[in-house]
Amino acid sequence: MADFSFPYFYNYPPYFTLQPVRDTREKQVELWKQLILKYCKHHKYFVVDLEEGDFPLFANANIDRKLTYEAREVFLGALVSEGKAEWMDKGHRRCLILWRRIQDWAELLLSFVRENGMEDSVMTLEEIMSGDETRGSELAGIDRGVLIRGIKILEQKGKAAMFKGQATDDDGVKFSAH
Amino acid sequence: MEGAWTRIMHSVQLTSSGRMHLQQGEVECQLVDAVDLDCEGGAGWTLKTGLLTLTTHRLLWLDEKGKKAWAVPLGAVGQLYAVKKSIKSMFAAPRMRFQAWTQRDGKLATHGQRVAELVLTLVFRGQSGVPDGFVQRFAEVLQAKAWQQKRLEESPSGGHKGAGSSLEASVHKRPTVSTLNPAMAGVSGILRKEQEQWEETDKNLHDAFQDLNGLMSKAKEMVILAEKMRVRLLTGQASTVEEEGVGTNQEMQDWMLSVGITSPVTKESAGALYHQQLSRQLADFVREPLKRSGGMLAMVDAYCLFNRARGTELISPEDLLQACTIWQTLDVPVRLRKFDSGVMVIQSKSQSDDEVFLRLTMLVSNGEAEKLGISAAEAARALGMAPALAREQLLAAEGQGLLCRDDGVDGLRFFSNFFKDINASTIFQES
Repeated sequence: MADFSFPYFYNYPPYFTLQPVRDTREKQVELWKQLILKYCKHHKYFVVDLEEGDFPLFANANIDRKLTYEAREVFLGALVSEGKAEWMDKGHRRCLILWRRIQDWAELLLSFVRENGMEDSVMTLEEIMSGDETRGSELAGIDRGVLIRGIKILEQKGKAAMFKGQATDDDGVKFSAH
Repeated sequence: MEGAWTRIMHSVQLTSSGRMHLQQGEVECQLVDAVDLDCEGGAGWTLKTGLLTLTTHRLLWLDEKGKKAWAVPLGAVGQLYAVKKSIKSMFAAPRMRFQAWTQRDGKLATHGQRVAELVLTLVFRGQSGVPDGFVQRFAEVLQAKAWQQKRLEESPSGGHKGAGSSLEASVHKRPTVSTLNPAMAGVSGILRKEQEQWEETDKNLHDAFQDLNGLMSKAKEMVILAEKMRVRLLTGQASTVEEEGVGTNQEMQDWMLSVGITSPVTKESAGALYHQQLSRQLADFVREPLKRSGGMLAMVDAYCLFNRARGTELISPEDLLQACTIWQTLDVPVRLRKFDSGVMVIQSKSQSDDEVFLRLTMLVSNGEAEKLGISAAEAARALGMAPALAREQLLAAEGQGLLCRDDGVDGLRFFSNFFKDINASTIFQES
């Protein structure tokens, strides 16, 4: 995977200070929203921990600056408002980044199944997330929670059915994706 | 409209704040508003409803709207006529009359050449009687003849003319040494001379502070003394006696500034006009400090400087604030400015925000500052103003979208607002 290329302003200290002036703040929020989405998509990160040090994007060692918790909450909160992220807890400590919408993940899964002639097959969730068949495809590395929600959408369309295995490792999905 | 009085009255110059220029050593004694100056006789004229100011040297009349002022030098004034109380005077506006001499060309006579007389009347409109103490003060300043005092001379032995004022409790005379005294020769002679001078100075100070009336007349001498000390410092001389009480050059300079005013406006001399006159005097006073502090002066600093200069008759913070607030209604070249944070400053009207913002944006676009930004202290140095005020300007520029902030390990710093120039919809597109 190619190195992530940071925008030039990522090295400007003010980018890491939550701006108090409204217009400037709006622009700053917009830039961080896009940066977060792009970064997560590149690295296939789904969950961001707001605790210090856990998410490398929020700190730039080159200029010795990092975002405060307040700033992180503001920027992620903006993504949540836009429907591109979800808080995973009431305390806003963890955030699920939907750099691809759930319904788009469902579509992706369906296309994969059709392209690989797996219309009637069965797969475990583990196999989809990290198995041989999906290696190198967009599906590889998908978050389990996101996958399940995607499958649920397919279920509603009658294209798939989830089932529980003996162990969670064996939880899987049967496709009827004609 | 030029009238007959221009031939007779002496003209007076006004400052940029609309106050009358006082002569050297001239002290205001009383101010009365809404006074007519009336000249009786065939070719009579009246200066209507102006501001009357009685000083130690002149009787001044100011037309505030028309911004013209006239003076009657006290040297031309003769007899004051008693204020007559009669049935008629009960219903008319209170007034007092006095006699004045004119010289050959018709102008009021200042020295000698008294050719003719006329009678002038002060009509005090809007008053229930002649203002308290006015006639007495008028008589006092006439007797004191302050305008006749020659400039206090400086001679090696410190001899000078004492102030011959009836206000003074005692008169001090000094001996003048004109013959060569062997005891005064040589280095020891010089030292002795210096010592004598300083003992005299000390006595001066002692006497002055004994008696407030005496202090008023000593005020002029104090200024001369201060001037002498300043010159001594500048030329680098300093006797051992002097060094005790003298600080650094900067301290002395500050002290010099504080003895700049010899005629403080007081509640007593201006009565109901107190705030307006104070306001104007304050406007005149702050111009110099403003120049030295980059066009902005904190209220606290103005309060200290102004009161130091007044010496006695200190003004309260409320008076100062009110005086500044009145500036809005007057035509003065300064204004009171309140920042969002609550900090209040006095600002020269000629300094506009835009001008300061321009300088700030240039500062942050320059060399190192582009990458590191500027702090309030650095901006203060570059703009020549106090750090707290520079900070206010930085915040104001930030509010206008010209700067953005960095609140990092190095404290609060400001950068050029690069956010403005970024197009959020295109910046992340793959090229």
